[in-house]
Order: sequence, then structure tokens, then C-alpha cells
Amino acid sequence: MSQYNEMNPAPHHYGHHFESAEHEFTTAKQGMWIFMVTEVLMIGAIFVGYLLMRGRYPEAFHAAHQVLNVKLGALNTIVLIVSSATMVLGVSAAQRGNNKRAINMLMATIACGAIFCVVKYFEYSHKFHEGIFPGGMYHYEGLTIPHVPLFFSFYFVMTGIHAFHVVVGMALIFWTITRIKRGQISKQFFTPVELVGFYWHFVDLVWIYLFPLLYLLG
Amino acid sequence: MAHTEHAHGDNYLNHEKGIWSWMTTVDHKRIGLMYLAAVLFFFLIGGIFALIIRLNLMKAGAPVVDANTYNKLMTYHGAIMVFLVIIPAIPASIGNFVLPMMLGAKDVAFPKLNLASYYIYLLGALFACLALFLGGADTGWTFYTPYSIRTSGAVIMVIFGAFIAGFSSILTGLNFIVSIQKLRAPGLTWNRLPLMLWALYATSVIQVLATPVLAITLVLLIFERTFQIGIFDPALGGDPVLFQHFFWFYSHPAVYIMILPAMGVISEIIPVFSRKPIFGYRAIALASFGIALVAFIVWGHHLFVSGQSELANFIFSLLTMFVAVPTGVKVFSWVGTMYKGSIRFNAPMLYAMGFLELFTIGGVTGVFLATLAIDVHLTDTYFVIAHFHYVMVGGTIMGFVGGMHYWFPKATGRMYNERIAMWAFILIIIGFNLTFFPQFIAGSEGMPRRYWSQLPEFDLMNRLSTYGSWFLAAGFIVVAYNMIKSAKSGPISGPNPWRALTLEWQSPSPPPHDNFGPTAPTVTQWPYEYKGANV
Repeated sequence: MSQYNEMNPAPHHYGHHFESAEHEFTTAKQGMWIFMVTEVLMIGAIFVGYLLMRGRYPEAFHAAHQVLNVKLGALNTIVLIVSSATMVLGVSAAQRGNNKRAINMLMATIACGAIFCVVKYFEYSHKFHEGIFPGGMYHYEGLTIPHVPLFFSFYFVMTGIHAFHVVVGMALIFWTITRIKRGQISKQFFTPVELVGFYWHFVDLVWIYLFPLLYLLG
Repeated sequence: MAHTEHAHGDNYLNHEKGIWSWMTTVDHKRIGLMYLAAVLFFFLIGGIFALIIRLNLMKAGAPVVDANTYNKLMTYHGAIMVFLVIIPAIPASIGNFVLPMMLGAKDVAFPKLNLASYYIYLLGALFACLALFLGGADTGWTFYTPYSIRTSGAVIMVIFGAFIAGFSSILTGLNFIVSIQKLRAPGLTWNRLPLMLWALYATSVIQVLATPVLAITLVLLIFERTFQIGIFDPALGGDPVLFQHFFWFYSHPAVYIMILPAMGVISEIIPVFSRKPIFGYRAIALASFGIALVAFIVWGHHLFVSGQSELANFIFSLLTMFVAVPTGVKVFSWVGTMYKGSIRFNAPMLYAMGFLELFTIGGVTGVFLATLAIDVHLTDTYFVIAHFHYVMVGGTIMGFVGGMHYWFPKATGRMYNERIAMWAFILIIIGFNLTFFPQFIAGSEGMPRRYWSQLPEFDLMNRLSTYGSWFLAAGFIVVAYNMIKSAKSGPISGPNPWRALTLEWQSPSPPPHDNFGPTAPTVTQWPYEYKGANV
């Protein structure tokens, strides 16, 4: 039955409270979807706060958004879209039992995540250098309209929480790579790779909303 | 334990031995008991704080603690009771124990996650309690800005503790939803699902959808204090009312996280002890979801006097009235079940009836508070305190203690002492009403909540309330005595002393490690086919 059994011939032992490996897999997927819903609500609350304040102080938010570097933001958008593609390829390779290819694709995904973080680091440090900090710590002299600091509070909190999720995602992908290397992932059992894939796509999707909301919306 | 082994054979209590086997267990029954122990411990701590608060307010101008300490006690009483007691009380302890068994399953969907959520809960509790020794917090459990940004003390630690405990709640909810959807025994269709499970399902949906919003709000509050982000700080251009919106978007639904599981417990107890099929099964099940839905669109009634627009006030007031519809459906269905039933007044039934009385008073006074003109008068008075204690203690804690008695023989294999249980109930019901009914009167006369001291004209009501708190405490001590003693030496109960029809009673008491042994149960009928006194 299995074509790629050189690394992992042993069948997966599912939990004693499930009827079959398939039952365990669909249950795990459902759990992950629900977890994604909680993430959406968590990030959703702060989106609501941002849009509310944006509606209240449109001039300040318009002026503030022009300070952001659209080119770097766009670069990061492309990097994350590419990472989502490599993630899909990695998951599909793992499903087919092609472990070598799966590892390569997952490594590529981690690399994209790392590029994203490096670009973000340069953006942040440039802002800090100019005195652009959140809220009460803001002291950039180039832009002194009231409520501009509030925009940057949202900018740093939203992108910061997103970046935290990127780092967690990278750690999770690394964990799946170690599991593949230990021979624990096979055609019969690839749940961890698939679920970490869900998570990574979610993190990308959040950025797809963050980029236009913060960088582009005039 | 040696002699119990003989009496019960291999069961979940003696399947593995030693403290380590408990700490690393993934057995939902053991995790349920560990939650129970933790919840009861914090109930004791929160209760002691409450007793000190009551003692302090016994007589005008005769405080027993200074104002600062009082503010911290008040904050901690609220935070501990809400986040560490009432929210996990029924779902995480009783729910964990009975949910998989009612499903006919061997465990919850994600047993390791279940254990993880227990430790996350303990970690959150640890942070919140350590903060007490590092200056504590005097913000009230609602952490309203901008005061919570400015005040000194270990506010960040307390908030962080609540943030962590929230994840435990999210993960338990997630686990329960997936378990109910994926692990039902053959034949256990949605129309045969016990009402306890419908209630836990609805509760879990709220936990999963509302708690993340609290999580991000608390994170933002921590950032307010560490990075001055100013989103909730008017001095930095932010909006403190936004904090209140975010906070209550979670904390109002959280009220239903607290009450729905108790309603589930009551829905199980009443038909069993009335020996009648439950009246309005589908209505009760749907009402749980009705409540969960309405829960998310009424949070603004906490902001009637915060400067929210009049239109918003009007809409939230109207929507809040709708809460009364599904809850009314439930109360009438329970009473309808008891009508012409062969009622047995065992302790669980006493608590169920106590629930009906106290919850109804709490619910009806909720309608007063939903009415705009009356609420302006009653906002931040003891009327509000009395109202939500009638719902939270009179509702949830009654359901919790009733459920503890109901499933006591299942968990321990032994029977509690019925006579002592009855006297404890009498102490509790008298103590409760004596504690909180005078607060309605004091509140309607204008006594403000949260104050360290009061005017002499409120002395009579406060004295009654303080006396009541002693009766209440005595009642809980008797319950604890009865439970501890009976768990050790009560008479053997047999697998199904109540002759109940839900699946958990088909297993031996205490249940074996994998709940039902080698033959998994199959469901062929609705769990409420009771036919009079003898069947």
C-alpha cells in the first residue's frame, strides 16, 4: 500500500477514544478550525478598535499612514504569499509521504518567515530611530498633529502581535520538521503538518488584511 | 484506599497510584476532580474575602480593615470568584467528569490538551495570587481604565493571571465542542442528547467566541501600563469607554458561561427526581443557544451611564429584555416537569428548587436593571450587587453544589448523608436570602457599591446581610464535612442510585479507567423516559 515506507513503516497508533485514524484526523482538524476562530476574534477586536479610531480621527490617521514604508510592506506581503505557497507544497508532499520534499518546502517556509521578520526589524528600528513610538512615548518632530501617536499605537500593537504569531508559526514548522526527521510523519499520519499549515495560512491572511489597512488606506 | 479496592475493583481512582499518576493523568475524570479541588480551594479564599468585606460593612464607622485593604479585598473577591471559581466551576470540574461519560465516550477529544488547560488555569491563578503579595490590585475585577492604568500595585500581574486563565477556558470550550460533535456513542443523535450536554455545548461556544476578546483587551491594558499606548487613556487621545465595550463584550457573555452549565445540571436533576419526562426538551435545548446568541448583543447595558449614545442605550435596553424569553422558557419547562411528578426531595432536588427560587429573583431583578430609567437610579448601588449574586451564587453555585451531590455517588461509589445534606441546604438557603435580600433594599435606597463604609441609615440592612453571610458560610462548611466524610465512609451507592437514564449511570461507580469497560454503550432511546415513582 505504502510507496514511501523506507523511513516510516510503522502504522500510526490513534488514541484509544477514537474509532479509527481517520476519526482522529477529522477531530483534530475540527479542533484546529475552532482555534482559528478564537484567533480571528482576538485579532478582530483590535481591528474594530483601529477602524473606530480611524473613523474618529481621519486626518491624523491619513497623515500618519504616509510615514509607513509601502515598499517594505509590499515586499513583506509578497514574501508571505510565497511562504503560503511553499507551505501548501510542503503539506501536500507530507500527505504523499515524500518526506524529503516536505522538509525542503517547510524549510523554505521558515526562511520566508525569517525574511519577513528581518524586514520588520528594519522598519521598526527606522521608526524608533526617528522617535516614532506608540502613544505617550512618541516624539517624532516631523509629524505633530494630535492623535497621530494613536495610529502608531495601533500600528505597533497590530504588527507586533502579528509578528509574534509569525515567530510562533516558524517554531511550529520547525517542530514538524523534527517530527518528520524522527520518522513520525507518514502517508498514514500527517496531522501535525496539516494543522501547522492551517495556522501558517491564518497568519498570512492576517497580514493580507493588515497591509492595506495600515499602509494603503488613505 | 485499600478497602475501597475490594469494594469496587479496578476503577479510575485506583487504576494507577501515587501523586505523580494524578499530576500526569489524561483521564478526564481525574482532571475533573483536580479542577474541583482547585475550584473549591479558591471558593474558600474568595469566600473568606467576602466574609471580611461583610464584617467591615456591619456597622457604619466601625471598619475592621483600612480602605486600601478593603479595595484590594473587594477586587480579589470579584476576580477570584469570577475567573477562578464560577467560570470553571461547573464546566471544567463536573463537566469534565460527566461530559465524555454522557456521550458514551472514553475521554474528551483532546485529553492532553485537557490536562494542559488545567495547568494553564493553575498558572493563571498562581500569577493572580502572587500579585497579592506584591502590592495586589484595587481596580475592582472590571479593571476599568484610566484608573487601572494609573493606580499603583501589581495590576499587570493580576491582569496577566486573568489573561492566562482565559486560555484555559478557551481550550476547555474547544475540547468540549469537538467532543460533542465527534465522540457521541452510536445512536446518540442530537435529539437524544442530554440537556446537560446542550448546555455545555452552548457554554463552550461562548467561551470560544468571547474569551479571545477579553484576552486582547487585557493585553492592550498591559501595554497601556508598560508602553503607554494610550488606546484606552483619554490623556493620550484614547477612549476609556472603548475599554468598557471590549471588556463587556466578553464579560457579559461570560455571565452566561457561568449560568448555562448550572441550567444544564438543573435540567438533569429535575426529571430524575420528578420521575417524569422533561417538559419541553427541544425548547430547553434551543433556549440554551438562544441565550448564547442574545449574550453577544446585550453588553451595552453595562454602559448605560458611561456616556454611550441614547440610541445605543435604547437598543441595548430593548435587546436585554430578550434575555428573559429563553430563560423564561427554561424556568417554565422545569416547573412544568415537576407538575404532577412523583417528586423525591433528595439533596440534588433541593438545590434544583433553590436554584428555581433564587435564579428567578435574580432574573426578574435583571429586568429592572435593563429598564433604562430605573437603571439610572440603581447603577452602582447594592441593588446590582444583590441582583448578580442572586444569579451567580443563587444560580450557578446552587447548580454546582446540586450537581456535586447528584454525581457524588458516581464519582466516589458512595452515598453522602442525606439528612446532613438537607440541613446544609437549609442553612445555605436561609443564609443566602438573609445575605442578599437586604442588599436589594439598601441598594434601592441608594447605598453605593464598592464603598469602604456606609451611612448609619443602612446599618440595619448591612447587619442582616452580615449575619446571613455567617449562615451561608456555615452551610458550605457542613456540605464540605458531609462530602469529605461520605467519600471515605459513606454507604456503597451502587452504579445508579437515582435510577437515572443518561449514559454515565450505566457504568459502575466509581467508573473504570476507560468509563464503560470493553462494551461501548449504544443508545436506543431518549434519556428522559421516566414513568412515575417506580420506573
